[in-house]
Amino acid sequence: MSRWFTVAWVAFLFSIPIWMTDLYFLHILITTGIFTIAAISLNLLLGYAGQLSLGHVAFFGIGAYTSALVSLGFDLEISDSYTLVFDPQPVWLAFVSGIFVSGLFGWFIGKIAFKVRGAYFVIVTISFAEVVRLISLNWIDLTEGPMALNNIPPFTLGVPGLWEQTFYQKIPNYYLVLVITIIAYIIVRRLVLSRAGRAMIALRENEALASSVGIDVTRYLILATIVASAIAGAAGGLYTHYIRIVDPDIFLFIYTVTMVIMVVTGGKGSLAGPVVGGIIFGILPELLREVASPEVQWIIYGVFMIAIVFFLPKGIVPALTAWWADRFKSDGHGGKAVRDSR
Amino acid sequence: MAEFLQHCLNALILGGTYALLGIGLTLIFGIMKVVNFTHGELYTFGAYMVFFFVMVLGVNFFVGIAAAMILGIVLGALIEFVLLRPLRGASIDTTMLVMIGAWIALQNLEQFTWSGIAKSIDHPFPVEPLVLGAVSVSWIRIFVFLFALTLIAGTYFLINRTKLGKAMRATFQDRDTAALMGVNINRICTATFALGSSLAAAAGALLGPVFIVMPTMGDGAALKAFAIVILGGLGSIIGATVGGFILALVEELGAGYISSGYRDAMGFGLIIIILVYKPTGLFALKERIG
Repeated sequence: MSRWFTVAWVAFLFSIPIWMTDLYFLHILITTGIFTIAAISLNLLLGYAGQLSLGHVAFFGIGAYTSALVSLGFDLEISDSYTLVFDPQPVWLAFVSGIFVSGLFGWFIGKIAFKVRGAYFVIVTISFAEVVRLISLNWIDLTEGPMALNNIPPFTLGVPGLWEQTFYQKIPNYYLVLVITIIAYIIVRRLVLSRAGRAMIALRENEALASSVGIDVTRYLILATIVASAIAGAAGGLYTHYIRIVDPDIFLFIYTVTMVIMVVTGGKGSLAGPVVGGIIFGILPELLREVASPEVQWIIYGVFMIAIVFFLPKGIVPALTAWWADRFKSDGHGGKAVRDSR
Repeated sequence: MAEFLQHCLNALILGGTYALLGIGLTLIFGIMKVVNFTHGELYTFGAYMVFFFVMVLGVNFFVGIAAAMILGIVLGALIEFVLLRPLRGASIDTTMLVMIGAWIALQNLEQFTWSGIAKSIDHPFPVEPLVLGAVSVSWIRIFVFLFALTLIAGTYFLINRTKLGKAMRATFQDRDTAALMGVNINRICTATFALGSSLAAAAGALLGPVFIVMPTMGDGAALKAFAIVILGGLGSIIGATVGGFILALVEELGAGYISSGYRDAMGFGLIIIILVYKPTGLFALKERIG
């Protein structure tokens, strides 16, 4: 049943551009999708490996900047006499290198940050994101600093000479984001259901016990970070080639908070959670925009996050699943007994 | 040489306020096991309260600072009572998420109340700096430094010499045993959070007139406080005090001799070095408080 539900969902999402003619709404869906990808990747760390990483936006931004720079071309002044010139590359190559570089940073930060846990880990991840933001702001030769990188080329796919499509319009971008969201979802799902995923869940539940049965804790934590940061980098690459401008504000802490709220609201440690949370918090700002200024919106989000932790600590998806299972069983024979025996 | 001395003097002056920030955060973590993300907002709150009292109501400057600290106590106690008391015994991640929510709500409440435009606060000290040979320092900064030192000394006294301080230290060492001995844990937690918040508000109230006041000023302060606490080891007051001065020195020298744009990034460099070589911080004593 659950499989048919998934198929129906995906079919519905694919059908949206056919009947939805409002381009602005399509734009909202595209940005929602991009942030959902980031939330899916954060869920791997937060929900499955149990590490509250508050620097996730760094990987999103690194992916965005790398992808933008590789597609635009750049030069690096190594010394006064020697300058390394980097020619513009096709967008798909830029996108892939964005993913790669983000993953590389994930590995590096994982190596450093997983020397510590809990509060220390959180603080290290926040500081990392802040430092990356300061670098993007100050390394003007490379990133243009606050002047931003402009005229970033949009996505181009196809076989050169035969057929090519440049993604200027909303509809192809929508499908591109949708496909990448599905791929990200499948990667995380496969990882979580694999041996490595079980190891991550084990160490989330009890790290001492997990290491005592021979799970190489740090190795799996770093694996989770690499995959999560690579996917976040992909989201950043999509963002940069869709919006086509990128500035240091992409690293603002508020974006990490957005991702965390999406994951926590939807349900951390559930596959569908970040998707549901992503859709809610992608569309909610548009609904609130008419009635509330941005500050008031953020006050509402902050209070909402507190309320979720207090009243729905597992998040929406697990709560709904439990409710559904409960109801479903009590309809059948002896369902009540099953429920009472719990 | 004169330049170097000037940087060291600046660091000494700034370090006092950094230490205040760090002590508040480290006390709250040590005793309550809560990573206080609202710490930076209490700092902002203190600065805006001084602005409100001095610039809007026209109250005396020193009275304004005292009022900001008292209101910091009230706001801290309120946050503890409403948000943290129901979550006593919850995992550290749960309280962290709640505190992040509170942080976002408070920061935007400040933005909503005071608008995003930066404000400045007048102070009664002469503009002419005090010149000591090759170096100079403004009078307001001297006042800020002395006031911060007084507060740090007061906090030491409170923790080490009073009954409340003894109860706090007992709670830090072993919460259950302290409760068995008749320590009211809830009251200790409220007192700790109120004290830490008041110190943060004091830091904001002191630095507000030196720099400018704006709603996002707390983010940088919170990040610095975190760096200080990592430097000193979570829960160590001595560590936080020394950490505050070290961070200020590294920032000043880094901004002076390397690059001023990366001034706020220096703390992170320090954190990395500390984590690689001494993950528990510089002052990881058995009893990391007092």
